[in-house]
Order: sequence, then structure tokens, then C-alpha cells
Amino acid sequence: MALSTPEAVDTAPAKSDVIASHTRRWALGFVALAIVVWLFYTFALPNLGTGPQTFVREWMPLGSLNEALVWVICAVGLNIVVGYAGLLDLGFVAFWAIGGYTAGWFMSTFFNQISNGFYFLSAAPPNQPGIHLNFWLVLVIAGCICAGAGIIIGAPTLRLKSDYLALVTLGFGEIIPQVFLNGENVHGFNLTNGAKGIAPLDNISPLPFGPATVSIGNAQIAISKPLGPFDVTAKYVIFVLVAAFCVFVSLRIREGRLGRAWLAIREDELAASMMGVPLMRSKLAAYAVGAFMGGLGGVVYAVHNNSVFPDRFNFAISIILLAMVVLGGMGNVWGVIVGALGLAWFNSTGLPQFGDSFNQQFGTDINFPSYNYLLFGSILVLMMLFRREGLFPETRTRQVLQEAERSDAEELDGGEA
Amino acid sequence: MTITAVEAADSRPVLLRREKFERGIGIGLLVGVTVWLIWNFFAGPVQFINVGLAGLRLGAIYALIALGYTLVYGIIELINFAHGDLFMLGSVFSSYILIKWLGAGTGSAKDWGLMILTLFVVMALCALLNVTAERVAYRRLRRAPKLAPLITAVGISFIFQWFGLVLNGSAPKSWPKVIPDGGLVLGPVTIDWSTIIVVVVTVPLLLGLSYIVQRTRQGKAMRATAQDQDAARLMGINVDRTIAFVFALGGAMAGAAGLLYLETFGTTRYDAGFQLGLIAFTAAVLGGIGNLTGAVLGGVLIGLIQGFNDGLPYGFGQKWSQSVVFTILILLMVFKPEGILGKPTIEKV
Repeated sequence: MALSTPEAVDTAPAKSDVIASHTRRWALGFVALAIVVWLFYTFALPNLGTGPQTFVREWMPLGSLNEALVWVICAVGLNIVVGYAGLLDLGFVAFWAIGGYTAGWFMSTFFNQISNGFYFLSAAPPNQPGIHLNFWLVLVIAGCICAGAGIIIGAPTLRLKSDYLALVTLGFGEIIPQVFLNGENVHGFNLTNGAKGIAPLDNISPLPFGPATVSIGNAQIAISKPLGPFDVTAKYVIFVLVAAFCVFVSLRIREGRLGRAWLAIREDELAASMMGVPLMRSKLAAYAVGAFMGGLGGVVYAVHNNSVFPDRFNFAISIILLAMVVLGGMGNVWGVIVGALGLAWFNSTGLPQFGDSFNQQFGTDINFPSYNYLLFGSILVLMMLFRREGLFPETRTRQVLQEAERSDAEELDGGEA
Repeated sequence: MTITAVEAADSRPVLLRREKFERGIGIGLLVGVTVWLIWNFFAGPVQFINVGLAGLRLGAIYALIALGYTLVYGIIELINFAHGDLFMLGSVFSSYILIKWLGAGTGSAKDWGLMILTLFVVMALCALLNVTAERVAYRRLRRAPKLAPLITAVGISFIFQWFGLVLNGSAPKSWPKVIPDGGLVLGPVTIDWSTIIVVVVTVPLLLGLSYIVQRTRQGKAMRATAQDQDAARLMGINVDRTIAFVFALGGAMAGAAGLLYLETFGTTRYDAGFQLGLIAFTAAVLGGIGNLTGAVLGGVLIGLIQGFNDGLPYGFGQKWSQSVVFTILILLMVFKPEGILGKPTIEKV
């Protein structure tokens, strides 16, 4: 021990430097790309001719990009649970729903029992009923509530083997939206407004405080102006920031003690626990961090749609998120981002647009969006059959998932284990 | 080393206390449910029996679907997510064959004959589909990490749903039923004809399945493969064929359940399979997954629970039906993962 200590001290900073520069490079790339996209939509697009403008509006509206960013946030969260810790979660939509309803509760006129309204740094107009908190505060609250829910869901179930765990999470993913759907009368108290949902939501403030004016010299500049449902460009910036936060957190955690514990658990639970990795605590942490991001995604989704409806939170969302993680490459954040952006765009804009053009071109009448079940199903099956590690796998994941299949003799030796 | 040994010795009583605690909660829940049932029985005995009969009918259908889950899980430890959707396809196929193509009406002798014919055709179709899915997808993943076949099953479930969507359309469809309305009147209690038919179809199927598994050569091969694939192979059993046969059996049961569902409720919907499949899986787990008798017992129990919850005056009502079943699934996983008839494993599931 004593002999090896100096060596460890020598190598440790160098190694962490390498990791940091690697992460930083990716993070800079992400931010740079986001800024280029923003510049394009803000300055370049209005100056282009009508032809390119129509093309972009049809094939790549900023609204669908914003929605894709919501998927990115949630997929990055699911990636922590499935990709890092190897726990199959089929009920991720539960966190998405909880996050959405947290936004509905704390950023709308819904709780009209509070007649004068409770305001905290909010951009909402004054003297309305309900609770009105600042958007950024709601993000934190929703994240924390979801992390708590993740721990509550995880705690009794994490002893289970992977496939049973998947089912229990699926059960929660079914129960929680049903609670929101039926929660209009909880002993006479309207908790969720039932199938009518909560709409509209407050305008959000882009900064962590309400609208304010700053005087520079003689000029009065209004800052943190409220953003309504149509301020798509400003919302794009905010969504990118939230997504960047999630990406940054998941990249940094992965290099740390907790992230290495997750990877160890994913690859061999027994060996990990023999090496002193606390199984329960690490798994619960994975659930909590993943759920936190799911909550952020839920709030952002509610803000994007300016409403929360219980029927939007169905099982298909959990599966599409899983398809994004699997397609991109389990465990690789960048792959997951590409998978999420690609599939989300394809699902919301690409497939309908392609269908329209195809039908126009050939005079057919095929309902292309109805093919998305076939498409997502085939993606899952084909990826599992031919490229289990995803399109952009990590070296490490590839090694695990492509490991030589066990021979019959080994199987005999290993028995049921 | 000594420290860890002492710690291990210390931690044992704590675990035992926790187990006692869990058992206490489990028994408490059971007692609560029993009291609730007795209370309901005395509040309205006739309603109780009628609701129980409806629950039994539902339970028989669940039992047929649950058998498919439990057969497949018993032999290759795969939760076949697509099984519920196979059942949905069974009901859609039945509606096409029986009503669209054969044009069956209600109640005449010819209609009953057509229904029996459809039963066999749909069973064969679903068996074929299930075997195809096994051949194309699951067989290649038999030795892959466990996540892979599970995700594949989810994918196949989506593909089946798409197929159902194409055949049935996105809205639920109503069909005329061969089984007439009304039923056997016994004093204040009416036993629906559909309940009788469901039981009459289900019981021979279950007996036949049990005969195949327990008495035939193929059944022996199935049990051997479930115990140890490699040893079975060494004994000259064609493991691939045996597993395909299990998928065929499960598919046939799902097909039969599909027809019975159509005849009971008279509707087909492309998304019925997911919910019902999940409930049937809960039934399989309740009875002890891998155990055939358990699947039937679990199916009937879940059917009764759902019937009681939906129909009794002190139940939560139909809108909470799924939440109740999934809560049972979660409680079961926590307190008794091996189910009612399953053997407790050393490694906790």
C-alpha cells in the first residue's frame, strides 16, 4: 500500500485532466452547435428567399426542434438508469408525468383556492388565483419531487432481477398516469383536473427572477421579459440550456466514483458487490438522478405545450425513449442525443412530411404516421439482432454486449447462475 | 476479515426481523381483503355472486393468456412482452374470420359450428405467428445478455400492435356475437351463456395442455429442456424444436383467449393486448411463474379481484381497475416474488 501511494498521486491529476479536456471538448461542441442553430433561425433564415424558408418551416420548424430537445433531456435521464446502471426501466413516463404536473400545479391558475395567488419571482400577471413560481425554481422542485419518487419506486423493487424490475417499473408507469387521470376528485379535492388537464400555463421568465428593469445611465432596459407560448426561439435557448445541464451532469458523474460504480454494477453485479460497491445505494442514486432529469423533461414539455394532459403520458413514450437510448448506443451520452434528436424529429415532423411528399408525388393516400409502431418495433428488434450496442457505442459497452457467446460447456459449468 | 465476519453475524437477525415485518404486512393485507369481501357479501349477496361470475369469466380468459407467459418463461426465462398483443391479434383474426368471411350470425347450430371452426383456425394462426417470432428473433438471442431478448420482445409487441392497427383501425370495433344474450336463470342469479361457453372451452383446453405437458413424450422433452437445456441436448432432445413447440402451445392458448374475448365482449381494439397481457402476466406471477396450475389459479384470482373491484358497491370502481391490478403486481414482487405455488428460490427474484 505504502509503496504504491506516490504513484497513484502522480497519475491521478494527469488522468482527470485528460477526462476533463475530453468532456470539455464535447461540451463546447454541443454549445457551439446550439449557437449555430440559433443564429441560423434568428438571423440567417429571415434573409433567405421564400423557397428555403418554406422548406425549413415544413421540414425543420424550430418547434419540432424544441420538442426533440425535450426528448433529449428525458433520454439522457433514461440513459443513466438503463445505459449506465443497466436497470431496465419501462415506466419512465411516470417521471415525465410527475414533472409535467408539477409545472401545472406551480405555474398556473389551477389551484384557485388561493384566490389572490401566491407569487414568487414569477412572470405571470398579478392578482390571479393559483400558485405562480419562477420557471427555474419549478425545474428544481420538479426534479427533486421526481428524484424522491424515483427512490420510492426503486427502494422496494431494486432487489428484483432485471426482467422483474422492468415489469414493476412498467406497473408504476401505468399507475401514475391513471392517478393523474382519475385525480379530479380525491376526497372532494381536485388534484389534477382529470381528463381536462391543466392549461394554460404561466408565461415563463427567461432568468431566475421575474420581470425587472435595469437602468444603465439614462436608459431603462427591461430584462427577463415573460415568454409566452409563441416565443419559440427564446424557449429554444432555454431548452438547450436545460439539455446541456443534463448532458454535463451525466458526463461528469460517469467519470466519478458513482459513475464507475454504476458501470461495475451493469457489467457484473456480484463482482461489483464483492469489490465493495454499495449496490442498493448506487442503484437508488441511478434512479434518483435519472428521475431528476425526467422531471426536468416533464416541466420543459409542459412549457413547450403550454398545457398538461393525462392522456399524453402513455406507455408508448417509455418505449420510444428506450428506442432512442438503444438506437444511439446504451451508455454513450452523445449517441443517445443523436438517437433522441433523430427519432423525435422523425416521429413529429420527418415521417408526416415524408408521407405528404410521397402521397403528393405518386398520388397515393397512405397514412404514413400510422407506420410508426412498425418502425419503432422494427428498430428495437433489428438493433437487438444485428447491432446490440447501438449506432454509436462506447468501446466499453461494445465489449460487454458483443462478448463471446458462452459455449455449451461453460453453460453447463455455470449452471443457473 | 474478522470485522466483516462479525458484521455478517450481526446483520442476520436484522434481516429476519425485516422478513417478519414483511410477512406481517402481507398477512395484514390479506386479512383486510378478506374482511372487505365478507362485508361486501353481506351487503348484497346476489350482486356479489353475479359480479363473481363475471370475474370468473374474465379470469378464465386471463388464465389462457397467462399460460402462454408462464410456458415461455418456464422454458427460456423470457418475459414475452408480445404475448398480450398476440392475444389481441387472436381477437382481431377471430372477428375477421368468423364474422367478416364466414358471416356467422347469432345462436343457430351453423353459427356454433363456424365458431368452433374459427377457434381452431385462430389457434393455429396465433401458434404460427408465435413460432415465427421465436424463429426470427428470440432464437438468435438465446445466449445474449438478458436485456436483449426483453427489448426484442417489446419491439415485436409494437410490430404486432401495428398489424392490429392495420387490420382493425385505430378505433374500437363492435361485432355481433354468436353467443346469445341472457343466460341460465337460477333464482335471483343469472349465469350468462358467455360465462358457460368460456368455461366449457377453457377447461378442456387446460386439461389437454396438462395432458401434453405431463403425459406425452414432447411434454417430457419440454420439462427436461426447462430444467437444463444442455443436459437435455445431450440426452438427444431437439431443444430448438421443443422451444418452438412451447411457443406454439402458448400462441394457441392466446388465440383461443382472443376468440373468447371477442365472444364475451363483442369488441376488438388494437391496443387491448398491452393492458390485458400485462394483467395476465400479473396473474402468471401471482400463481408462481413457470407453474401451469399456478397460472390458471392466478388468472382466476385476478379475474375475480378485478370483477369485485369493478362491480361491488365498496370497490374502487372500474376507472381504478388497472391501478389495483398493478398494485397487486408490485406488492407481490416485494412480498412474495415466487407467487402462490412457485418454489422460493435462494436468490431472491
